[in-house]
Amino acid sequence: MNKLKAAIIGPGNIGTDLLMKAMRSDWVEPVWMVGIEESEGIKRAREFGMKTTSEGVDGLVPHVLNDDVRIAFDATSAYVHAENSCKLNELGVVMIDLTPAAIGPFCIPPVNLKQHAETLEMNVNMVTCGGQATIPIVAAVSRVQEVAYGEIVATVSSKSVGPGTRVNIDEFTRTTAAGVEQVGGAKEGKAIIVINPAEPPLIMRDTVHCLTTDAPDEAAISDSIHAMIGEVQRYVPGYRLVNGPVFEDKRVTVYLEVEGLGDFLPTYAGNLDIMTAAALRTAELFAEESASGNLQLPQRG
Amino acid sequence: MNLEGTQVRLHDMSLRDGMHAKQHQISLQEMIDVATGLDAAGMPLIEISHGDGLGGRSVNYGFPAHSDEEYLRAVVPKMQQAKISALLLPGIGTVDHLRMAKECGVTTIRVATHCTEADVSQQHIGLAAEMEMDTVGFLMMAHMVPAEKILEQARLMESYGANCLYCTDSAGYMLPDEVTEKIGLLRSELKPDTEVGFHGHHNLGMGIANSLAAIEAGASRIDGSVAGLGAGAGNTPLEVLVAVLHRMKAHTGIDLYSVMDVAEDIVVPMMDQPIRLDRDALTLGYAGVYSSFLLFAQRAEKKYGVSARDILVELGKRGTVGGQEDMIEDLALTMSKTG
Repeated sequence: MNKLKAAIIGPGNIGTDLLMKAMRSDWVEPVWMVGIEESEGIKRAREFGMKTTSEGVDGLVPHVLNDDVRIAFDATSAYVHAENSCKLNELGVVMIDLTPAAIGPFCIPPVNLKQHAETLEMNVNMVTCGGQATIPIVAAVSRVQEVAYGEIVATVSSKSVGPGTRVNIDEFTRTTAAGVEQVGGAKEGKAIIVINPAEPPLIMRDTVHCLTTDAPDEAAISDSIHAMIGEVQRYVPGYRLVNGPVFEDKRVTVYLEVEGLGDFLPTYAGNLDIMTAAALRTAELFAEESASGNLQLPQRG
Repeated sequence: MNLEGTQVRLHDMSLRDGMHAKQHQISLQEMIDVATGLDAAGMPLIEISHGDGLGGRSVNYGFPAHSDEEYLRAVVPKMQQAKISALLLPGIGTVDHLRMAKECGVTTIRVATHCTEADVSQQHIGLAAEMEMDTVGFLMMAHMVPAEKILEQARLMESYGANCLYCTDSAGYMLPDEVTEKIGLLRSELKPDTEVGFHGHHNLGMGIANSLAAIEAGASRIDGSVAGLGAGAGNTPLEVLVAVLHRMKAHTGIDLYSVMDVAEDIVVPMMDQPIRLDRDALTLGYAGVYSSFLLFAQRAEKKYGVSARDILVELGKRGTVGGQEDMIEDLALTMSKTG
C-alpha cells in the first residue's frame, strides 16, 4: 500500500505524540519533523528516523516535492500557522491545523471529516481538545432533533495545559463554542474550561449539556449517542461514557472521560491525545479516499 | 487585638455570591433595592454579576433571571457614592464580558482563578489594567496550598497589572492562624502599594474571626455580604462585621444601623431558605469544598437518594475546584449505582 507521506511542524509534546501515533499508521508515513531550533523534540524525531530541519517551514519547502510530502500537521501556534499553511498549500500539501488559528473549516472526524475529504479542503482545523471530546456528542443529539442550546464543560489536569492555552484561554472558549454551533449543530453554543491541579492528575472529563427545542426523543438520542461514542473510540480507545445520557425536561446531559494512549503524553492527558488522534484520523481518511480514487490529490509533475 | 484607627474597605457580595444562594434569580428590583440601600449606608464597593462571574449564564451554573448587562445597567446609574465591581473567571467569561462591564460603568474588576492557576488570568488582568480599572486578582480555594504558593501566584497576577490581591477562602475552611499567615506573607512580600484583601465564607462560623485576622495581618479590603447572603453558609455577615469593627474603633465609613436595616428589611425577606450553618454547609467548611456546590449537592440528594454530605465529602477527597459543578450530578449517579 502506498502511504501518504507527512511532515509534522512543531516538535513539542503534541508534535512528538502525533509522530509516535503516525509511525503506527497503515495510511500515513511521517517523514519530516520541522522545528525552529535544535531542540529535544528535533533530536527525538531524528532518533525515530525522521528527516529534520530547524529552519522552520522554509527548511522543509525545498524537499516537499522530492520527498512527495502530501500532508502537513501544524502543531505550532496560531501566530505562525497562516504563513506555514500558505507556503505548503502552494505546493499542494494538505494542511491539518492543530493550532487555534482556524483558517480552514473545523474538522471533527466522526461528524464532518468525510465531507472535507470529498471537497478536498486544503486546510482543516482541529478546533480544540474540548471540542474534539464533546462536539461529536452535540452532533449526535442534533442529528436526531433540533438542539436550541449546546454547552460543554471540559475539565483538564493542570499539567496538561500548556503555556499557549493559558495565555489565551478565551480562544479556547470562543473556538469551542463556535464549533459546538457550526459542527455540533446547536443554535447557540457555550464552552467552559476548568483546570484542576489535583495530584495524581485527573483524566480529562467532559460534560455535554444539550437543550432540545422540543421534548427529547430519549430512545433515539441514546442510540445516536452510543453509536457516536463507538465512532470516536475507533481512534481514541480511551473515550468513555461515564454517566448518562441524563434526561430532565428538555435537558440531555452526558458525562464523559477521555484517557489517552500514553504514547508520549501521559494517559491522563486525554485532552492532548484526542487532538493528535483526531488529526491523524483526518490524515488517514484523506489517504484512504485518495487510495480508493474517491479523492484526487493535487497533481504533481 | 488592636485595630483602632485602621481603615478598612468593605466590599458587599450579596448581589453576586448571594446569587448562588438565590439560584441566580434575584430580580432587577431586588438588586436595585439592596444596592441603593447599601449605597446610602456608605458601602464603598458592591459586586454585581452572575454568581460564577460575568458570562456564568449556563446549564452548568444556572441561568440567571437577567443578563449581567441588564443587572449592571439597572444598578450602576442609581449609585450616589458606591462603586460597582464585577467578577470574571477566565475559562467561563472572556475579555468581551470585561469590556461590556466597563461600558456599563463597572470600575472594579476581579479576575478569579484557582489558587494555582493564576497564569490563565494574564489577558484579562492585563486588559483591565490597561483600561485603568481597579484590577483585583482573586485566588480561590486558597486553603489548598501553602502560603508560599499563594504568594508565587499573587506575584504573577501583580506582574500582569493587578493592584489588589485576594486570598479567597472559597470553602470557608480556613482558621484564623492560616489567614494570618497567608495575608501576612502577601502583605510583606507584594509591592507596598498593592492592596491585599480577604474573602471568607462562614461554613465553620469563622467569617468574622478570619476577617479580623486578615485586617490585623494587613488586609485593607474585606468581602462580606449583608445578612450573609452568599454560597454555603454565606459570606461574612457584613452588618455583624461593621458592628465589631465599630466596637474596635476601626474605620469603615459605614453607618451601622442603616446596614443592619438593609440586612433585616430587604435581604432576609429575599432569601429562599435561611442562610445558616446547616449540616451540609458545615460539611463544606469541614471538608474544604467550594461553597457554591451546596445547593447542587442538595438537589442531587433529592433526585438520586445519595446524601449531600457524602457527595460533598467525596468531592473534597477528589480535590475538586471551583467551577466543577458538573461533577456533582455525575458523582451522585455513580454513587447511586454503587450504593
